[in-house]
Amino acid sequence: MAQSYVKKDDDRDDEVEYSPFMGIEKGAVLQEARVFNDPQLDARRCSQVITKLLYLLNQGETFTKVEATEVFFSVTKLFQSRDLGLRRMVYLIIKELSPSADEVIIVTSSLMKDMNSKTDMYRANAIRVLCRITDGTLLTQIERYLKQAVVDKNPVVASAALVSGIHLLQTNPEIVKRWSNEVQEAVQSRAALVQFHALALLHQIRQNDRLAVSKLVTSLTRGNVRSPLAQCLLIRYTSQVIRESGNNTQSGERPFYDYLESCLRHKSEMVIFEAAKAITDLNGVTSRELTPAITVLQLFLSSSKPVLRFAAVRTLNKVAMTHPMAVTNCNIDMESLISDQNRSIATLAITTLLKTGNESSVDRLMKQITNFMSDIADEFKIVVVEAIRSLCLKFPLKYRSLMNFLSNILREEGGFDYKKAIVDSIVILIRDIPDAKESGLLHLCEFIEDCEFTYLSTQILHFLGIEGPKTLDPSKYIRYIYNRVHLENATVRASAVSTLAKFGASVDALKPRIFVLLRRCLFDSDDEVRDRATLYLSTLGGDIETDIDVRDFLFGSLDTPLVNLETSLKNYEPSEEAFDINLVPKEVKSQPLADKKAAGKKPTGLGAPPTGPASTVDSYERLLLSIPEFANFGKLFKSSAAVELTEAETEYAVNVVKHIFDTHVVFQYNCINTIPEQLLEDVIVIVDASEAEEFSQVFSKPLRSLPYDSPGQTFVAFEKPDGSPATGKFSNILKFIVKEVDPTSGEAEDDGVEDEYQLEDLEVVAADYILKVPVSNFRNAWESLGPDCERVDEYGLGPRESLSEAVNTVINLLGMQPCEGTEVVPPNSRSHTCLLSGVFIGDVKVLVRLSFGLDGAKDVAMKLAVRSDDETVSDAIHEIVASG
Amino acid sequence: MASNGLCPSIKNILLLDSEGKRVAVKYYSDDWPTNSSKVAFEKFVFSKTVKTNARTEAEITLLENNIIVYKFVQDLHFFVTGGDDENELILASVLQGFFDAVTLLLRNNVDKSEALENLDLILLCLDEIVDGGIILETNGPLIAEKVTSHNMDADAPLSEQTLTQAWATARDTFTRTLLT
Repeated sequence: MAQSYVKKDDDRDDEVEYSPFMGIEKGAVLQEARVFNDPQLDARRCSQVITKLLYLLNQGETFTKVEATEVFFSVTKLFQSRDLGLRRMVYLIIKELSPSADEVIIVTSSLMKDMNSKTDMYRANAIRVLCRITDGTLLTQIERYLKQAVVDKNPVVASAALVSGIHLLQTNPEIVKRWSNEVQEAVQSRAALVQFHALALLHQIRQNDRLAVSKLVTSLTRGNVRSPLAQCLLIRYTSQVIRESGNNTQSGERPFYDYLESCLRHKSEMVIFEAAKAITDLNGVTSRELTPAITVLQLFLSSSKPVLRFAAVRTLNKVAMTHPMAVTNCNIDMESLISDQNRSIATLAITTLLKTGNESSVDRLMKQITNFMSDIADEFKIVVVEAIRSLCLKFPLKYRSLMNFLSNILREEGGFDYKKAIVDSIVILIRDIPDAKESGLLHLCEFIEDCEFTYLSTQILHFLGIEGPKTLDPSKYIRYIYNRVHLENATVRASAVSTLAKFGASVDALKPRIFVLLRRCLFDSDDEVRDRATLYLSTLGGDIETDIDVRDFLFGSLDTPLVNLETSLKNYEPSEEAFDINLVPKEVKSQPLADKKAAGKKPTGLGAPPTGPASTVDSYERLLLSIPEFANFGKLFKSSAAVELTEAETEYAVNVVKHIFDTHVVFQYNCINTIPEQLLEDVIVIVDASEAEEFSQVFSKPLRSLPYDSPGQTFVAFEKPDGSPATGKFSNILKFIVKEVDPTSGEAEDDGVEDEYQLEDLEVVAADYILKVPVSNFRNAWESLGPDCERVDEYGLGPRESLSEAVNTVINLLGMQPCEGTEVVPPNSRSHTCLLSGVFIGDVKVLVRLSFGLDGAKDVAMKLAVRSDDETVSDAIHEIVASG
Repeated sequence: MASNGLCPSIKNILLLDSEGKRVAVKYYSDDWPTNSSKVAFEKFVFSKTVKTNARTEAEITLLENNIIVYKFVQDLHFFVTGGDDENELILASVLQGFFDAVTLLLRNNVDKSEALENLDLILLCLDEIVDGGIILETNGPLIAEKVTSHNMDADAPLSEQTLTQAWATARDTFTRTLLT
């Protein structure tokens, strides 16, 4: 002690900070713990050692099971000491060591003795320790004491029993529930905290009985709950009751609202705030109900305590989302919070103001925010920028001052994320507010004049290339863009060249001058820049008007997914035949489960290229591309999900993926041999297509060898009428030669036996010919397709379990993408409209509008309207439904 | 202790030094299962709050969906954490109770070395404020009294003990002899 006082006067910087635990080490402390076993206990010393042990645990040190047990056993010896302070430390360390059930027994008797001691502190603590470490069996022994303790006249003992009860309710509810009467008595206690704990426990005992909770709330809201914490609890229970009785209230008074309102006048701020929060959270709260709550929150806004201001502004911020008008009264107080020391409060205040602000206050607000921006962290600035963006979209007329604000902060110092948020906001404003375009583009141009982030520069240049040529005077942007070619790194220079070319392609008047600039770029030091300039110069073609195809080729979007293109390019081996981008599939497929297992394992057969971590999306492509016989089938339209053809855990696991081409269908059978003692060779699937008349088998590719647990594929290809959604059923038999494998050497015997294995049937259904392709705006898409190829008909679906079951059946039958969430049928509805979109084989866009109606008890009637570019396709959809 | 339903609950109480190192901490929720996640949380909270002035009034912030109220004295940083739905003022009252009790227990010498010197009192204090996430007591003087009333210095002569304490000791000795 003395040491530390002396030390306090010294200059701290000069010496290592003194700590009583300096150089403490677990091993040494465990050694020290032997004093617990001394016949003559030194209480003070023991206390110190326990403190050291607790210090180690608190610092995150862990004891091994053996160490913990050893410490625990020696600690139990300390119950002999009558030193009060030491006993408290013993309680603490027992809780921290959380002994196992068989160890607990050792201290049980000591703790039970303490529980019945005359010293209240012993009793309270022993209850808490015992309940913490005990299990159910012991609990029945001490239940009697606990029950008594609940109504003990000493509040500390009562609270200890009640809080332990709350914890025990999770593990031994049946025991705690028997204390109901005592707990109810404790609710009436004069001690504040006892009342709080008793109320919490009573509610938890009854929480599943709505009526009982409602009764509890009714009686207590009338009565006198003294403790502020208990009052807060009661408010929570009350709002729960209000929520659950929600629908029964008509236009009249909300039950218990008066109680909540009266709590707004409570003397404790904690209770006032809890009540205000409860009122603002009420379902469908009216502005009349809100007013008193908003008034008290407004008072809190000018409190000297940051916690109160924070709580109030956070609640008001939430209210502003649903009832902005109710919060406007607080705007003046809120504005003064913009300069609050606590940045969380300031940011919440600003975003609230931006939500509630009206058009006239925007300018004033912006002025205040400008002062505030300089001294907050980037993360808060981003929040503010985002709030301003939405404000600007709300008040488009105010774009000028908001855009100015954004361009000002864009010029100031800031990190990448912050700058990106600003640039994104300006881009959104340019897109959505036509008037803002010219000034916004100029702000961006000025920004790239002095921009340290390559990513942002290239993004802005790209955006300029799209928007710039559409403006009244595109020539004024050229200077900014061409400056980049002189002053920036190669990446930015290359994108500046592309942007220049876009201007040249779109604005014929500028073309000759752009060409002069592009020619200068031919001497750039970077080859990408030179390449781009050369490409544009030669394709855009001198003085004549730029061809639309050229423009599409240069600046149109790439309709091939990049992943697919990448895989195809990787698979391409240099040969006579040039790489054809049209052969790259355009569909991004989901990853079937069967292939997930295979990923990472070395593929066998087929001489497939070694698989990296590439996704199995591409593995189909690679597989199909690697088989020359499939090359002339054209572009892959769709690959189905894998369909299991065997039961789980059979000798051979086989599933099939259906690949649909315009004139062909390829079945890819994924096989796994699950018998370690076997090697399969010449594996092939014999397909009987007698129930699929329109299909004729053209080719089948056997799998040469299928060792244990390494997947392999065999393929069967069928020809079918061009573009038609031919359907049919196929039965499959797996044929192979089995060779026994010596389990020790792993070598297969030379002679094999031919064998067959029956697989389940496989069907090609209409849905296989339709791709799920979502549309963003169904109504627009529907209108744009027009009624020319529309086909409408009505169908009776017969009795169905429910409307939603009928809807799902039709969706699955067609295999189309439900739009705008219309696949969900609201419960108890008698009619429903479902919107579907997709692409039919032959790349024909199809939209479907389904109107379902419940006819009589269970009969479902459906009206089907189909629109597409091709009436045969519209008819085909109807055929699918009619035959399905 | 997440299943305490509507009951206000405390996720942790932290007492850190001026470098963000632990003096004493107590976690009541499973949000931070390992020691390293606890340390990471303490570091994060410390770095986010260290520059604020929380010396006269308790300050508050919202970090990773937790409300944290905090107060600094000398080289000690007091924190109380609750869920983002928690009543901020309840958390603040717990912080105030903890702070007041520590001030009393350290006889107004609230600093790190004094706190380490009396770590047993600080740990007992944490034990008396919250039990498994449930608030036990928020009144500072009461908490301090609960900590000290059984922490009589065993070496102190009997004359210096108050009459009640002496009586308690005597009664305790008496019952013990009866029971054994």
